[in-house]
Amino acid sequence: MSNILIAGVGGQGTLLASRILGNVAITLGHDVKVSEVHGMSQRGGSVVTYVKFGEKVYSPIIGNCDADTVLAFEELEAYRYLEALKPDGKLIVNTQNMDPMPVITGKMTYPENIIEKIRAKGVNVIAVDALSLARKAGNERAVNVVLIGVLAANTNIDKAVFEKVIKETVPEKFREVNLKAFDLGYNFA
Amino acid sequence: MKKLMLGNEAVARGAYEAGVKVVASYPGTPSTEISEFAAKYPEIYAEWAPNEKVALEVSTGASVAGARSMSCMKHVGLNVAADPLFTASYTGVSGGLVICVADDPGMHSSQNEQDSRHYAAASKIPMLEPSDSSECRDYTKLAYELSEKYDTPVLLRLTTRISHSQSLVELFERDERELIPYKKDAMKYVMMPGMAKRRHIVVEERCAALTDYADESGINKIEYGDKKIGIITAGDCYQYAKEACPDASFLKLGMVYPLPQKLIKEFAAKVDRLVVIEELDPIIENHVKALGINCDGKNILTLLGEYSADLVKERVFGKKITDIKTADEAVPPRPPVLCPGCPHRGMHYVLKKIGLRVTGDIGCYTLGALAPLESIDTCLCMGGSVSMAHGMEKATGKSDKTVAIIGDSTFMHSGITGLIDIVYNKGTSTVIILDNSITGMTGHQDNPTTGKTLKGEATKQVDLELLCKACGIDRVTVCDPFDVDKFEKVVREEVAQSEPSVIIAQRPCALLKSVKFEGKMYVNPDKCKKCRMCMKIGCPAISFKDGVVIDETLCNGCGLCQNICKFGALSKEVE
Repeated sequence: MSNILIAGVGGQGTLLASRILGNVAITLGHDVKVSEVHGMSQRGGSVVTYVKFGEKVYSPIIGNCDADTVLAFEELEAYRYLEALKPDGKLIVNTQNMDPMPVITGKMTYPENIIEKIRAKGVNVIAVDALSLARKAGNERAVNVVLIGVLAANTNIDKAVFEKVIKETVPEKFREVNLKAFDLGYNFA
Repeated sequence: MKKLMLGNEAVARGAYEAGVKVVASYPGTPSTEISEFAAKYPEIYAEWAPNEKVALEVSTGASVAGARSMSCMKHVGLNVAADPLFTASYTGVSGGLVICVADDPGMHSSQNEQDSRHYAAASKIPMLEPSDSSECRDYTKLAYELSEKYDTPVLLRLTTRISHSQSLVELFERDERELIPYKKDAMKYVMMPGMAKRRHIVVEERCAALTDYADESGINKIEYGDKKIGIITAGDCYQYAKEACPDASFLKLGMVYPLPQKLIKEFAAKVDRLVVIEELDPIIENHVKALGINCDGKNILTLLGEYSADLVKERVFGKKITDIKTADEAVPPRPPVLCPGCPHRGMHYVLKKIGLRVTGDIGCYTLGALAPLESIDTCLCMGGSVSMAHGMEKATGKSDKTVAIIGDSTFMHSGITGLIDIVYNKGTSTVIILDNSITGMTGHQDNPTTGKTLKGEATKQVDLELLCKACGIDRVTVCDPFDVDKFEKVVREEVAQSEPSVIIAQRPCALLKSVKFEGKMYVNPDKCKKCRMCMKIGCPAISFKDGVVIDETLCNGCGLCQNICKFGALSKEVE
């Protein structure tokens, strides 16, 4: 069973990322559950989606110490959902920083050196500037697919399976940008 | 063929396969997508009604006319539809009638955590509860069979995790059905005391028959495993419990009203320890206890929030997870915020600046209650802002300090009745209708003011200005909330009047495809006095480090901050 937790900020495209992973899991013939977030929390808030696949999946949600991979779209969100990671789990994190409202209003401060602090706990961290890679691919909104690329390179699933699913999942006019973004993420290392 | 589907999409698929002809709903998270997916089938007529009561009356009418029909709503929407619900239980149906109600344990996107299962018992309408997308499809189809066989509406209860989780669903063909021939039958469909007394007898007989069905049909299933522990559960809780302890014995309930009796007694007798696992209220647990059977339930679990496999492991099996890695410091929360370019931001800024008492309502604009905007004083229910402002005035006397704010869709839902109340009962309140050309919070649904139907067809548009005038409001002003100076002037003027007034704050939702801002804002460091005025609008794209910083991935160039800055330090850089 593979449990992947995707954490990000509403509007970053975590839903598409989870749908791509869900479709990859089906292509591989697994049972799968993808849990999404709709409604109020989507509006720029902290959002988390879960993708679980394997022989049989019961609960659609991922608990503490339960994720094989945490795919974080933003550093603070990686920090927040660290508790979901299994002791030997992997954290893939986009090095973008986005201030939440309590930081913007000055009530709280954005923690410094998050990635170093997480690494100090012995966590296997892959940090990537997905925003730059997305821009390089031609659209800064392709951060999600860059991160899927990084994730794909860290699985033993055939790259072609991901590419096929991306082609089928994203609208045609964004296909080329997304495949390029995926490639940039996949070759990041 | 198997497809990955949201629970909501699977319900729509079930309705399609069951031959449903009419769907009438009002959007509400987490129920919204059922109707949206249903609308995609050409064979199904689907509409957004102005509110849930109207929706259920439409689907009841379609049922009486002989078609299979459906209404979908969130838990609080069922409160609005409760009036037709209770009496439709008496009349029964002709074509099958299914009411989907989606509860939100954990309140991901709701104002309370009410448990809709109470409505099933109170209205004596059977209720099914699926535990994954495949069951969403199956139970929807079953609901139509039960509806027609037992002559009753059927409730289909969903929860956020069922509605918004995708799992695999097998697809079947549609069962195209002829309309059931219409028969005038006043004894069945005209509910006056004489008729209703006879129908009540029918309802009670039906409940007894459905209890037998709950015991014998197989909708409620025993899965024997380790008999040291037996778990009675339903819906998403079945999945949590199954993950926490796959080897236990289970009585999985697919029908949560009426509940089985013989089956529970049989199951309880065979297991050493009985535990009921259900989110929110102890409905199954109380039933078990009323049968004279002891069990664990809320004594070890909780009435609050959403359950999880972790919670079941800890509370039922005493297995606490250790070795959790956590952050070294307090991680700032990230509450939802109004989007960059949101038309509501300018209004909230003005209302806070004037220092008005603001009765709020249900929609994106409720986020204006949070820092730094903090303009809203109350949020109760759909339409509540208008009537509450009137109530405040009647309690305190004429006050120029209160305004009601309400979205266009919410106003059509149930704000209009409050406005009529103000006019009729000589109130002088000011109501601000936020006309952003769409139903925003639930993800862009059309409504009577947008000029488009759920099926995507052009239609007549309700003219809010004329409507308010027709209600008896003589002072109706249309104003752009981004023009903060003018908006402030209008609000000050209207609240000072000794008659009721309406301000229509008109500007489309920034997420609409038709809305295009150009370029992005930039800060001129020479002009910026670091006064932080621009921080008061709570735009997620503006932060303050050593000076004002614009996050260019978030800024859409809406220009509101430019209207706030007194020093011309913010301006547009057109690409």
